[in-house]
Amino acid sequence: MDTAAVEVTDLIKRYGDTTAVAGLSFTAPRGAVTALLGPNGAGKTSTIEICEGFRRADSGRVRILGLDPDADSATLKPKVGVMLQAGGVPTSARAGEWLRLMASFHAHPVPAQVLLQRLGLTSVAGTPFRRLSGGQQQRLSLAAAVIGRPELVFLDEPTAGLDPQARMATWDLVTELRDAGVGVVLTTHHMEEAERLADHVVIIDHGRVVANGSAGELTDAQQELRFQAEPELDTESLLAALPPTSHVAAHPSGQRTRYVVVTEAPGGLGPGFVATVTTWCAANGVLPEELRVQRRTLEDVFLELTGRDLRDS
Amino acid sequence: MSDPSTPKARSTATFAPAPGAAPLWRMVASQASMELRVLLRNGEQLLLTMVIPVLLLVGFSVTELLDLGDAAPVDYLTPGIIALAVMSTAFTGQAIGTGFERRYGVLKRLGATPLSRFGLLAAKTLAVLGVQALQITVICGVALALGWAPASGSVGALYAMTLVLLATAAFSSLALLLAGTLRAEAALAAANLIYVVLLGLGGVIFPVDRFPAFLQPVLEALPITALATGLRAVLAEGAAPPLLPLLVLAVWTAAGAALASRFFRWE
Repeated sequence: MDTAAVEVTDLIKRYGDTTAVAGLSFTAPRGAVTALLGPNGAGKTSTIEICEGFRRADSGRVRILGLDPDADSATLKPKVGVMLQAGGVPTSARAGEWLRLMASFHAHPVPAQVLLQRLGLTSVAGTPFRRLSGGQQQRLSLAAAVIGRPELVFLDEPTAGLDPQARMATWDLVTELRDAGVGVVLTTHHMEEAERLADHVVIIDHGRVVANGSAGELTDAQQELRFQAEPELDTESLLAALPPTSHVAAHPSGQRTRYVVVTEAPGGLGPGFVATVTTWCAANGVLPEELRVQRRTLEDVFLELTGRDLRDS
Repeated sequence: MSDPSTPKARSTATFAPAPGAAPLWRMVASQASMELRVLLRNGEQLLLTMVIPVLLLVGFSVTELLDLGDAAPVDYLTPGIIALAVMSTAFTGQAIGTGFERRYGVLKRLGATPLSRFGLLAAKTLAVLGVQALQITVICGVALALGWAPASGSVGALYAMTLVLLATAAFSSLALLLAGTLRAEAALAAANLIYVVLLGLGGVIFPVDRFPAFLQPVLEALPITALATGLRAVLAEGAAPPLLPLLVLAVWTAAGAALASRFFRWE
């Protein structure tokens, strides 16, 4: 049990002239939730499918529970649960029937009934897969991934297209898996999902890891003050009123401009700092609308990282 | 809420890792039963595997559309119809079914379970044999009701069974070759087209010796002709079991299996 759940080192995967994964490395611990977060086409699915043994890497090293996904695939299969992005079930198979089949492949499965109930599928247990809603199909695939009581599960966009209730049920299940000691690796492009659910977030763009850490580490626990006001305020004058090492950024959006103020000054973004900003506003006849102090979100970090890449390319 | 620790304790017990594969026989048995249910649930497949063979058998037995001389049409037809039924399930049905399973990611998903590829093939074969047993029972029942009098003894019956098993292997490997290389829609079209062509040319209803002489060796080399001719020799003519059909089917099986294992793509 001393090896990581997933260890990927310098992974490269090409399809013809396109490089989908360009030297990617990350580690996912056991008994924790790791989110691979990135825009569409970032290389998340290629990476996860190499880990699952569906595709072969062009180069690099992949270890799943300390084993080689290719050479040790027969040993790994009972230990690893897989949820594909879509499909994977015969269209005429009934939900309950499919789960019981999946259970029958394993030595100590979770009873199908328990999972159907947990994921709100009991009423559609007799319904063919093709008649299930998209969300029900997703939940059935999730149930099939965990029914064999695996040590590690790979979930490829587990909440894509789910309504809020179903998403909540999925999040609860993932948390329970983690608490039971199951390693979870999921892909998502929902920042909120990564922030709420993941112990570790790996931000991927253009086939590379652009940031890696807990959501808290990535957002750096940094506070920022935001408000909206008329365009082209004299930010130099505002900056002059603030302690040194403060920054003001202006983001025009329509008629109004969004101003974001951060500081690295001792004491940080405290009540006194807010008072300084509002005093400056009062002195300059500016009404700061929607003024608030908040932690940077993962979305801010994500857009900062992936947005910069877009400008480069 | 009497015991606050219950929810967590229960869930931890529910999902605590306890991985392990079931015994191979159990995996194969449940997969085969799933495949069988999917096959029997499919309306178009049932049309192909049950309705068409029985309609042909009844239609050509009670009419005089087919000129077969003195012989009772049902005695001539039944072996050919059994051959058609075997082909419809092992080849046509399986090519279409597996083609769509590949398209919908079912094969990929099963590839991530402890069920090995060998186990999956074994399950598919068992399901096909199950459907065939059902088809042959129905066809023989209808044929007997129409006055069929099979001419074979126990050696002939054993030969017929061997031939059906070998033909199933040959047709299955060709079906997997089609399903594993073409797009699902193309596999569907090709499998249906081949079904119709072989139904017409393969000695199922129309005797091969009615075709032009230069064509006959080609027709004799078809797997459906080998199966129909071999069955007819022992069941209708009471002849000694011929070796050529066994040989033809063995060659198709070897070629089909070699090509399928070389070119089959799971995704």
